[in-house]
Amino acid sequence: MQIYLFDGTTEGLLTAVFEWFERKPGKISLQTKDKHQPDAFYDVMFIHNDSQKASRVWKGLVQKLSKDWIRRLHCCCLAENEETWIALFQFCCNLFTTPAAIQYNYGDPNVLLLSQTAKKVEREKHRMEAFIRFQETADGIYYCGIDPDFNVIPLLQRHFQNRYADQQWIIYDLKRKYGIFYNKQDVQEIQLDLKMGLRSSILPATQQSAQESLYSLLWQDYFKSTNIPARKNTALHIRHVPKRYWKYLTEKQ
Amino acid sequence: MSDRIREKLNILADAAKYDVSCSSSGGTRKNTNKGLGDSHSSGICHTYTEDGRCVSLLKILLTNHCIFDCAYCVSRKSNDIQRAAFTVEEVVSLTMNFYRRNYIEGLFLSSGIFKNADFTMERLLRVVKKLRLEERFNGYIHLKTIPGASEELIKEAGLYADRMSINLEMPTEAGLRLLAPEKTHQEVITPLDYVQKQIVQFKEERKLIRNVPKFVPAGQSTQMVIGATPETDKEIMQTAHRFYQDFSLKRVYYSGYIPISHDQRLPVIGTQPPLIRENRLYQTDWLMRFYGFHVNEILNDSNPHLDIDIDPKLSWALRNMQYFPVDINTAAYKMILRVPGIGVGSAKKIVQARQFGRLRIDQLKKIGVAYNRARHFIQCADSPIQLRDYQGFQIKAFILAESQSKYLKHDLNQIKLF
Repeated sequence: MQIYLFDGTTEGLLTAVFEWFERKPGKISLQTKDKHQPDAFYDVMFIHNDSQKASRVWKGLVQKLSKDWIRRLHCCCLAENEETWIALFQFCCNLFTTPAAIQYNYGDPNVLLLSQTAKKVEREKHRMEAFIRFQETADGIYYCGIDPDFNVIPLLQRHFQNRYADQQWIIYDLKRKYGIFYNKQDVQEIQLDLKMGLRSSILPATQQSAQESLYSLLWQDYFKSTNIPARKNTALHIRHVPKRYWKYLTEKQ
Repeated sequence: MSDRIREKLNILADAAKYDVSCSSSGGTRKNTNKGLGDSHSSGICHTYTEDGRCVSLLKILLTNHCIFDCAYCVSRKSNDIQRAAFTVEEVVSLTMNFYRRNYIEGLFLSSGIFKNADFTMERLLRVVKKLRLEERFNGYIHLKTIPGASEELIKEAGLYADRMSINLEMPTEAGLRLLAPEKTHQEVITPLDYVQKQIVQFKEERKLIRNVPKFVPAGQSTQMVIGATPETDKEIMQTAHRFYQDFSLKRVYYSGYIPISHDQRLPVIGTQPPLIRENRLYQTDWLMRFYGFHVNEILNDSNPHLDIDIDPKLSWALRNMQYFPVDINTAAYKMILRVPGIGVGSAKKIVQARQFGRLRIDQLKKIGVAYNRARHFIQCADSPIQLRDYQGFQIKAFILAESQSKYLKHDLNQIKLF
């Protein structure tokens, strides 16, 4: 069995699909470069990213699949995990070799894994839309630092751009070390030189605007007064707002 | 200054919290004027209170001064509590600043009735107009329709709000007469009906002329208080069914009564709110709206109350064992949806997946079916052969024995030793 070694990007994966169809080597094992352990018994093929090959495969996918499924595949690519890459690879190969609409076969483990992973990514994206709390900085930019389970910033951009069209904002992924900045015109990808104190999602008091502490206090007050103690249900509360997200939430500080 | 606004927010948020509706779904307003806000069709819950309820809107009263004396209400005239009122500017700046920080999806504005209905409605309208016209706010606005307000005011408010609602308060007229002698159901029905007719009319006009403005695009809702008066579940759900039908409501909310008064007509303070019952009513509501059940199938003269220990879908299935077992690989979608343990998502997946081959137990489990519950009611490719038919009550015993109800963890008769 051959090992296909790719770099763990969408382009790499699509190129791998292309290479497989050019050679049709039968069953292969797909691995990412950073997880790969050299092995004496298998023949390794390096996949060199080629944007032309990748875009041909992508075109093919767009022709065969509905918009919903293309979105799912996009989400799966952002999940950045080995198991999902393998399922994606096999799914693509199966899709192009069989005439049937295999994407509806939820009995197939690859299809099910992809639809479930896409759902996880969408859920994380939705949680970010809900749990991001902007803080106004002294120079009037609304900032929030996040560290989501999946690389969801590309999915978030449109939502925040439409919604906060009249204010400058930054959403920064502290784990993946990049973010997006909106300057009231368009969105740019940025990399911040993070000094001490900016490592967490909450800004230090010195960098906040004058109004910021009043509104975060008012929000904390509101959160308390809207609770009905007679109905206390901590288990449900934690199920909806898992503890790992509490660090973002102004009302939980 | 900031202390006063904090105090007001505390009082007026506290008074508004008994309105359970907090949905922000169904909005279609887009940010076309480079302003602030863009609605999200399914709504977003930005946080959850410690009682597990969603917080998606800034839910406040404009004032808790009220000329009415309804026994079930915190803000009733005779109640000795702190009173406060926001100015229009205060509500607007709170909403804008909370929204800018991504705390909320929008505003839920209600009010006690001061002076008269028109005066109150006019104030609410001023807040909404200022937000939409001056601040270019495109977030979600849920506005209370004040019963008795003039049609002109209601119509104007509908042009700026996304959702409007009026609370029915008590499920039956008799219950309402007992606790709020000054109010009638008719007072609620008239404006609900008026707004509904306007929604239909605006929609018709939009078909012909594109720039006709939107009118209450997210529809109307209402709320009933449960457990304050002795209605049966059947009466409650039939009222809900009638309101869904007659006024095309988006939602009916059921709010378990939380004792807040020493009134003799009401449960005493400290009584636990009927949370399980409330949950069962919501489950029934879902069965009616998404699972194709008719209210009379679930609640009728022989079953006027919902079971507390099992959910209404399971309870219906156990009473109607003649429809089961259902063959997953051949049955209609409608029937698969009625199997306890299979939800809308799984049912849709099953119908698509079975075109590729007969489905097996392990596949059903992976698709997301609660198999331990569903297995009594289905047959699939590798179902074990059953030698005898079990009766409904036996199946109920099997299911109860292996399930862990979050409500009935401890047998109530169990003596606590430690």
